[in-house]
Amino acid sequence: MSANLLAIFYLVSGVLFILALRGLSSPETSRQGNLYGIIGMALAIGVTVLSVGNFSTGFLYLILFLLVGGSIGAFIAFKIPMTAMPELVAGFHSLVGLAAVFVAISAFLNPNVFNLGIPGNIKIASLIEMSLGAAIGAITFTGSIIAFLKLRGLMSGSPITFFGQHYLNLLLGISLIGLIYFLCTTQSQNLFWSLIAISLLVGILLIIPIGGADMPVVISMLNSYSGWAAAGIGFTLENSALIITGALVGSSGAILSYIMCKGMNRSFFNVILGGWGATEESGNTSSKEQRPVKSGNSEDAAFLMKNASSVIIVPGYGMAVAQAQHALREMVDALKKNGVKVTYAIHPVAGRMPGHMNVLLAEANVPYDEVFELEEINNDFANCDVAYVIGANDVTNPIAKSDPQSPIYGMPILDVEKSKSVLFVKRSLSPGYAGIDNDLFYRDNTLMLFADAKKMTEDIIKSL
Amino acid sequence: MEIDPFIFRLSIFILSIFVGYYVVWSVTPSLHTPLMSVTNAISSVIIVGAIIAALAGNNINVFETSNIFGFLAILLAAVNIFGGFLVTQRMLAMYKKKKKEK
Repeated sequence: MSANLLAIFYLVSGVLFILALRGLSSPETSRQGNLYGIIGMALAIGVTVLSVGNFSTGFLYLILFLLVGGSIGAFIAFKIPMTAMPELVAGFHSLVGLAAVFVAISAFLNPNVFNLGIPGNIKIASLIEMSLGAAIGAITFTGSIIAFLKLRGLMSGSPITFFGQHYLNLLLGISLIGLIYFLCTTQSQNLFWSLIAISLLVGILLIIPIGGADMPVVISMLNSYSGWAAAGIGFTLENSALIITGALVGSSGAILSYIMCKGMNRSFFNVILGGWGATEESGNTSSKEQRPVKSGNSEDAAFLMKNASSVIIVPGYGMAVAQAQHALREMVDALKKNGVKVTYAIHPVAGRMPGHMNVLLAEANVPYDEVFELEEINNDFANCDVAYVIGANDVTNPIAKSDPQSPIYGMPILDVEKSKSVLFVKRSLSPGYAGIDNDLFYRDNTLMLFADAKKMTEDIIKSL
Repeated sequence: MEIDPFIFRLSIFILSIFVGYYVVWSVTPSLHTPLMSVTNAISSVIIVGAIIAALAGNNINVFETSNIFGFLAILLAAVNIFGGFLVTQRMLAMYKKKKKEK
């Protein structure tokens, strides 16, 4: 196959990937979009194999590795519970990162097959490109592993910070640039290995200071990195499919990070440089006096909701933890039978990854046209009878609008406090991730339901 | 004067970033999780580099060091490709519009 024809096929698969993302603009077109993505991938793999044209023993191993990897992937894809989606995505990112590192190593050790020169005399441009690909890939790899461990609960979700952390990161960052420079002048293998080793370390150091609820930003950021790593490798291999895809994924992750940061009214650097709880030991620890709260039981809640004409559900990470989405949908079905109008309100940073709540609700068969984003629904709270807050906390705290001292001041929140009554399902009065008290607990129109989200929801169903 | 092919690739790269920017902003927020899993799957197109790395070179010794790294990369990318597309498919299949109650 001629190089030109091959390049055209890669271009076609790049376009198919664009269409795959385009399909996600609405749920109706999304499945078709995914199909385009699969076709694009099959095309890219097919023409690559044909172009190498080596059908000897190596080809059999290729099929073998594809099948083994594919079966593992398929098995995970079918087995994984929807609540575990954030850690799955983090885990997958780490694989892309590591694959990028491996391809870069392979290109460094045997540059002739990619027409990059010979070992010890690789083209400078290629060397820079593969160093960048390898470095970003390595950072993505270890960073995603840490994110995975935190999300899976195998590692504490609280930020890990130590003295001089930022200086160490800065130092390592500078040394990476230095290493790439010297690698280009000396072509030394040892420098290449050191580059990878330091990048692996940077990946760890970058993610450990970031706390649990900032994970949506981290996952999006790692998503972006995995794209840039792919693009770096794409430049090395002079492959347009990789360059296009890398750019798409890179910008996609960057946009998601931006949306998540905006949802918390924080700058990207603020998130990256360390956890909320760690930086500001909460503005209002002084007002620690016990304030009265009203608490109720499932029967009170059932009574309130049954007699309401409209109810808005506000789900958060706690719903995912308690796996309460199915019980929640049953409760809503029961309410609908009583003629109550029910909708769902989702904050951009609810959950542990972008769109986390939407997937869980979809899993529980909640139609997506009953689920609304913050801007779409926020005005409706003023006209709604009951807001049922299940597993969300900081994103409902009215203090974000009123108290400039508060660390979450300025963060867009759901105007839950405007509804006639608020039912707040929570296990205790403990503060949320931001480490601050939720003013909503003490409002006159708030009824606290102290229980596990799933259990409370089930109890309410019984009382309806 | 000839233009360095690198400049062409850079042009593709920059333009793709812009395409990505506009396409991703049009993605509905409720599909952000599938967006992440599908971008994950397509970024595994890095497998094309892995295939070249694994298969190229001499035929007698299939397992030169550079080939081994290629094969390992194929394995990792394959997990991602199948896992990524299938899990996206699974998620997207769950998004349903309002229906009449059974």
